[in-house]
This record gives sequence, structure tokens and C-alpha cells, in this order.
Amino acid sequence: MKISREDVARVAELAYLDLSEAELETYRTQIDEILEYIGKLNELDTTGVEPMAQVLADDQTADATLREDVVVPCHVAGEILKQAPDPEAPYFRVPKVIER
Amino acid sequence: MTNWTIEGVKEALAAKKLSARELASDFYRRIGERNTELNAYLTLSEERAYAQADQIDSLVAQGKPLPSLAGVPIAVKDVISTRGIRTTCGSKILENYVPPYDATAVERLEAEGAVILGKTNCDEFAMGSSNENSAYGAVRNPEATDRVPGGSSGGSAAAVAAGLAVASLGTDTGGSIRQPGSFCGIPAMMGSYGRVSRYGLIAFASSLDRIGPFATNTRDVAAILGVIAGRDPNDSTSTTAPVPDYRALMAKPVKGLRIGIPKEYFAEGMDEGVRKKIEAGIELLKKLGCELREIRMAHTDYAIATYYIIATAEASSNLARYDGVRYGLRVEDDSLLAMYRKTRGAGFGAEVKRRIVLGTYVLSAGYYDAYYLKGQKVRALIAQDFRDAFTKVDVIVTPTSPIPPFKLGEKTNDPLQMYLADIYTVTGSLAGVPGISVPCGKICGKLPVGLQIFGPAFGEAKVLQLAHAFEQAGGASL
Repeated sequence: MKISREDVARVAELAYLDLSEAELETYRTQIDEILEYIGKLNELDTTGVEPMAQVLADDQTADATLREDVVVPCHVAGEILKQAPDPEAPYFRVPKVIER
Repeated sequence: MTNWTIEGVKEALAAKKLSARELASDFYRRIGERNTELNAYLTLSEERAYAQADQIDSLVAQGKPLPSLAGVPIAVKDVISTRGIRTTCGSKILENYVPPYDATAVERLEAEGAVILGKTNCDEFAMGSSNENSAYGAVRNPEATDRVPGGSSGGSAAAVAAGLAVASLGTDTGGSIRQPGSFCGIPAMMGSYGRVSRYGLIAFASSLDRIGPFATNTRDVAAILGVIAGRDPNDSTSTTAPVPDYRALMAKPVKGLRIGIPKEYFAEGMDEGVRKKIEAGIELLKKLGCELREIRMAHTDYAIATYYIIATAEASSNLARYDGVRYGLRVEDDSLLAMYRKTRGAGFGAEVKRRIVLGTYVLSAGYYDAYYLKGQKVRALIAQDFRDAFTKVDVIVTPTSPIPPFKLGEKTNDPLQMYLADIYTVTGSLAGVPGISVPCGKICGKLPVGLQIFGPAFGEAKVLQLAHAFEQAGGASL
């Protein structure tokens, strides 16, 4: 067994994800099977291989093409706030986080 | 029912055979007739479509030149932002989300005269290979309505295949354009990573996500790609590499083109019906005068494992933004952390949660090196396989999917089996190279098969050139 029920619960907590008891068990079984499969990567010797985080060549990356850092007007604050579940212009309101 | 092409639309408008408004209206009529059954569209954008159509009609009336996509009715996958038009990502967590801006790809299509008909169904946050992970119901394959259209861009593929749009935009992270293109029997393409701006594409896995076109023929695929490709200051990973005239280049003869056939893509696990069609497809390429070479791509068998580490890791990070604060669903609670947990627990569907858990796990302390870092290293080996191959051949030809479109519900209970069906597409995703799926006949005259063509990075023209020749030689009716 690659992953325990406690592991799934811990990871769900890290991801701020409520899972039901049934979900915990289903995901444990399924993810265990997936991790078992992923284990086949250990057949490969990757000593000295540089990890690849992105595919673009050096001359095509952001460093080569960064735009000038200039301030441009952007008047969408009102529209963005309209999408919020609980807006109070110009803020997003959330449940209280500091106890008095 | 007229089967419109981009050129056909332009000619009809210029000759005043019909107006752009009449054309849009005809497409909405078609959608009204078929969409209840197919569920390809989630949201229609009539107001915006007719406003754009009227602008095109006024250009016609004034005798002004028409832009390259004038009046062409286009559908857009619902993970791509559209200003003022609801964009759900196939998720309950964004059920009422209305983006305040357009994705660059959408902006460029409209600037060339395209008419955006609406937003298409997809697997939730583009995670899936059958479109059955949409919170708004599955899409049916127009070619065989008891079957899935493929995924995750199932709605975009089905809309075009059913004649409910002339072309559409999808997104491809591990095969999500090419596989539904294959399942629905139409050409479907992803350009190289960096070829099309991702600005406004709601992120799943940022090092893999790409926007690309579906159409009924390869010339139209090339036309759409040509419009949406190119540098965008709003996406630092969009490259400055010049965008050539794909439609001019793709007409070149393919005689002598060196085609690599990787042995690893023809191993066990492929459906016999698919195998026969692909073999016939390769035979056709030989008849066209292409030079076939068997090649080895030694790390192919590790691509699925690598992909599901990298894609889920990036997804767990990207989807952290859905916290019930700035947009989307909120499930109320007196505590902030409980509000986050409940919102995410209620808003995400099963596949998205599974991937967030897996992705968080492979990134977590104690497992990062064993999984995420290992995955990145094997990704480098897979990319090297492609670079090595392209020193010997011009393009690589493979099946798009090992299996034909399967029945709705057939694979929903076994996530690993569903993942394994991405075997031929994820390799090119990890390597960042361009790929297309072109129709390669139908099994028993019913179930479409797709032939996949990969080219070297920024070798889109070569990919299109072969796809076009294959199409012209009758590849679709093999």
C-alpha cells in the first residue's frame, strides 16, 4: 500500500478540501493504484538528468521577451468586485480571522 | 444543411448570397435543434454574436475588404475567458462566473471578423478524456450518440462535427484537443507550447496547457491557428517566433518527406480496429511518396506516469485560487478556513478533487523528490526522445488514441484506465511539440479513428502540410 487513509486526510487538509468519509476511502484506493502505476518511473536511472520545469529553449523564455514594466490604467475593479460572493467596495469580505 | 468552410462563408458574404446575421441565425437554429441531445454548448452569446455579425454586414454594404474570418461562426471552450459571457470551466464552483476580459485568442478571432456563437461543454477544468466530468452533464458524440465525444474539449469537437459551428477553440493539456478530434472525426490541432497565448485561458497545468483549433478541414485549422498564434505581451511564455503563412506552406508536395513511425506506439493495448485503420493510413502516406522510417522513442512507456505527476502537481497549485473569496461559489461558515474547505469540497467534482489530492501529495514534504522531481527528470528524457527523432525524420506519425470512442459510462469508475487511454497524446504534450489529429477512416463505417502527426517545436507548417496531403488523398474515408 502506497498511501494510507491518514495520508489522504492530511493532504486534503493541506489543500483545504473537505472530503466525506466515503470520498476519503474511494480516493485512497484509486490514488493508491495510480501511485503504484507511477512507481514504474523508478525503473529509470535519472542520475545526472536535469529536471525539466518548462519546455521553451533559453532564447524563447520570458527572460528573452519580458515586456517593459510600465504602469497602465486598468479600470476593472468594479467589474471584478461584482464577481465576488460577498463584496463591500473596494474590499472582498471574509469571515472574521482575528479573535478579539 | 450546408457544410460551411471559412472560405465558403467569405465567398457567400462577398457575393451577398446571405448576410452574416442570417448565417449566425441559421447556426442558432441548428443549435436549437441538436443541442438538447448533444449538450455541446453550455452558454449561447447571441447578443455579442449578432453585434459582430452586423459589423461584418456593414463592411459588406460599404464594399470594404473583409477580414480573414469575416462572419465565421465559432464556438469557444468554456475554460477560455470571454468578456461578459459566463465561463464555467464545466465546474459548479464557477457556475455564475462572468469574466471581465477576453482571452487573447478570442480577441484575435473577433478582430479578424469571427462570430462567437457561445461556450462549449468540457470536462471540469479540462480534466478528463470523455467529457463525462462536466458538472453540466456529458456530451454525446454526434457520430455515434451512445458514445463519448472524447475530452476534455468534447463540446468543441462535437459542435463542429455536428455542424453547430464552422470551427471552434479547444485546449490541450495531455490530448484534450487531439483525442476528441479523433473521436468526432474532424481535424484538431495544438501548436507548439508558446505558439498561442494562454492569456485568459483558465489554468489547469500551466507548463502543458495550449489553446488550439477544431475545424471540418485542415485548411480551416491552419487559418484559425494563423490568427491566434504569435507573441502576446500578456503571456510571457508566448514566443516571438514569427508566424508563417500556414495555408500557403501546407500546399507544398509531401513527396520525400521523412516520416518516423515509433515502434513503441504500436505495442500491445491498441484496439485491432484502430490498428487496421492506422496501418492503412501509413500505407496511404507511402503512396504519396513519403519515406517511412521505423524509429525508437525509448521513454514512451513512462509518459502517462510522468504526465499525471506533473499535471496534477500544477493543477493543485493553480486551483488553490478557488477559495470562495474573489469569485465563484462560497459555502458560508463562521471560520475562514472552514469556509475554504467547505467551498472547495462542495464546488469541485470527483475528478478535480482526486487530482488535487494526488497533486498535493506528490508536492508534499517527503514525496517531492520521489515523485515531482523524478517526473520532471523523466519529462526531460521524453523531450530528448523527440529531439533525437527529429534529427532523423521530419514528422512522426502515430495513432491519436489506442481505442475508438467508447460508450457513455463505460470507463467512469476506473480513473487509471481512463488515464491510460491518453498514452499516445501525453508524450507530445510533455515535449512541447506541435501535433494534429486527422480523420483516418471509421471502424465499421461508424467509429472515427484519428491519425496523429507530431512535428518539431515550431514546425507547425510541416505538420499541416502532411495532414493536408493525407486529407486530400482521402484519408478520412479509409
